[in-house]
Amino acid sequence: MGEENGKKVRRLVIKDIEKCVGCGMCMYACSRRKGEAGIDSSGILAVSLSGFERGATVIFCRACVEPPCAQVCPTGAMRPREGGGVIYHETDCIGCGNCIEACTINAIFRRRDGKPAVCIHCGYCADYCPHGVLAYEEVEPEAFRRVIV
Amino acid sequence: MLTKVLHVDLTRYRYWVEDRRDLFEEWIGGTGVAVKLMRENMDPKVDAFDEESTIVFAVGPLNAAYPLASKTVAMFKSPLTGNLGESHAGGRTSTSIANAGYGAIVIRGKSKKPVYIVIDNDRVYFRDARVLWGIEDSLIVARIIAENEGGRGTRSVMRIGGAGERLVRYACVTTETYRHFGRLGLGAVLGSKKVKAIVVMGRGSRKIKDRKAYREIYDEIFKLATESDAMKKYHLLGTAVNVKPLNEKKGLPVKNLKATSFEYAEELSGEKMAEIIGRRVACSHCPVACIHIATLRMPYENEPYFYKTLMLSYDYEPIYALGTMLGMKSREDFLKVLYKVEAYALDAMTTGVCLAWATEALERGIISEKETIVKLEFGNSDAYAEAVKYIIHQPNEFYEVLAQGVEKAAEVYGGKEFALAFGGNEMPGYHTGYAAHIGYSIGLRHSHLDNAGYSLDQKIDSYPKPEELVERLMKEEQWRQILSSLVVCFFARGIYKPDVVCRALKPVGIEIDEDGLKKMGEKIYFEKLRLKKDMGFDASKLRVPDRIFETETPHGKLDRSYMERALRYFAEVVEKV
Repeated sequence: MGEENGKKVRRLVIKDIEKCVGCGMCMYACSRRKGEAGIDSSGILAVSLSGFERGATVIFCRACVEPPCAQVCPTGAMRPREGGGVIYHETDCIGCGNCIEACTINAIFRRRDGKPAVCIHCGYCADYCPHGVLAYEEVEPEAFRRVIV
Repeated sequence: MLTKVLHVDLTRYRYWVEDRRDLFEEWIGGTGVAVKLMRENMDPKVDAFDEESTIVFAVGPLNAAYPLASKTVAMFKSPLTGNLGESHAGGRTSTSIANAGYGAIVIRGKSKKPVYIVIDNDRVYFRDARVLWGIEDSLIVARIIAENEGGRGTRSVMRIGGAGERLVRYACVTTETYRHFGRLGLGAVLGSKKVKAIVVMGRGSRKIKDRKAYREIYDEIFKLATESDAMKKYHLLGTAVNVKPLNEKKGLPVKNLKATSFEYAEELSGEKMAEIIGRRVACSHCPVACIHIATLRMPYENEPYFYKTLMLSYDYEPIYALGTMLGMKSREDFLKVLYKVEAYALDAMTTGVCLAWATEALERGIISEKETIVKLEFGNSDAYAEAVKYIIHQPNEFYEVLAQGVEKAAEVYGGKEFALAFGGNEMPGYHTGYAAHIGYSIGLRHSHLDNAGYSLDQKIDSYPKPEELVERLMKEEQWRQILSSLVVCFFARGIYKPDVVCRALKPVGIEIDEDGLKKMGEKIYFEKLRLKKDMGFDASKLRVPDRIFETETPHGKLDRSYMERALRYFAEVVEKV
């Protein structure tokens, strides 16, 4: 674990969640990568913490080693990825939404067409985080599973 | 392209969607489209509180596509001025509307009972708001609605507080706690329609054909926003940085503009406010995070070691209106009054100007404590906090009148010479010279943001002929019609220059060159002016308060004849429209 084809794995990680201003630049980057202006396909969500006076945060897949979403997928569209997280095969997906329900931290989102949007840890969004909340880094399995770094 | 218009009819509780590609192709979006939708949906002569009175929310081709394109344009009949009302807000308004797939939302009619409207992508729901009606703190309203509804992170909750319910003619609409459709009384129009809130949830996208070109221009704008100095002012101290230099140059309105420099300016400065910043937040899809939030830690009245901590966003304008105009001696005094204004959801600028006028009127004996109930005096924050409550509850005739704005109050009680309104809209915080005041007078919203006269004042040493100054201000305002049709934040005007705008429009399906943009700006400007005229705007009747000529500006004292010549020239322009 922690290695993909013998190489160290890279994942999207939180550097300092308390710095999040809720701008959602990450969310827009995610859909833009797929050729969209908007957020329909975004696998990351920026939210306020019951109102902006309490601050903001981002929600995305934290690359579980035993992903519940993959365990409940009836068609094998959501498959565990070596080193943590999932690989999503859209063509196998029937849009049942089991994965969305199963995710303990509510980090899988429903697109307008009913299919899930999930972070694939490509790191594209990290370059657009202007406040040092997100980074794309090589991780040790133990290290990236810790919330406070 | 976003070409869909959602119509909501509150009288019949119905909604429908129209594809108006024609409208968006001809008028871009935002302000341009809103002017036309106002025209199509409402007789310009009807009263702001009439059933037929229409509200338009419009976004444009750049919203949800590019950073800093974070604003929504609201257009309505203003109950404050009786003329066209236009107000812009950020937060998540524009991204939610655009991601729900709409270019504009038109709201008409009047509900019989209190409701709140939920626009969940392609569905609209009318929710019972009888229990919410009467909850005067707009923050509480939003918390309850947020608990009730889905769409976390993708929704905007636009709501009114006590001010809107009680039809205070400068009630605002607050969104995402810290952003406002602040000016000209949209909150009262919603209140008159018995609408407590509008929730818009949008989770969608537009497909972009040329991904590569889109990403290239996106990255260019992103780099300008985060690496150049273009947004630095807003990213650092924010607009509050203006307090100190304006004070030094004698351009800061103090105590109802009796003075333009203030011994406590330092206390209310951006630098001093920054010491108590609790956090910063951003509008959706903007990396700048210009929203500065101050912490106000207040002890319980009767219990030791108990505190409540309020988180209040500030900018230069509220500091001016509720700080220097009211002679506040500390940031805490200012924040205490701001807290009330925010809770009830009032326009901070108009409230401050109204209270400053009332204070001077009381000083001069034009009115007495019988009218004001509480003894208003510059610097007394407790008295002002009380008075804000009276503006909402209107316990006597005086506050009923004051709830209609300073122009009306001076009409009834006198003191017009120091009632600081332009075109019926209370003055912004810049006493910087001719361009500022001419700008407020001839601006199509009577706002400092229309044509940036205040900025021109600070750049020029000697004034051109009045006619030339008017031309320059009009030209700037014509360009700003483009910015507010796209709809980008005016703070980003240094980034969205004509060539960048043209290149950004291409991937979202609009081909236009710089010359075409310029002509479009002119066209929207005159179309809006025509609508204003049909709503009763008469440039020859513009009133300039005497006070403007009595108080020192950075350019010395102003001369009435220069102002009058400028306004006469503008009236001729309007005449020909």
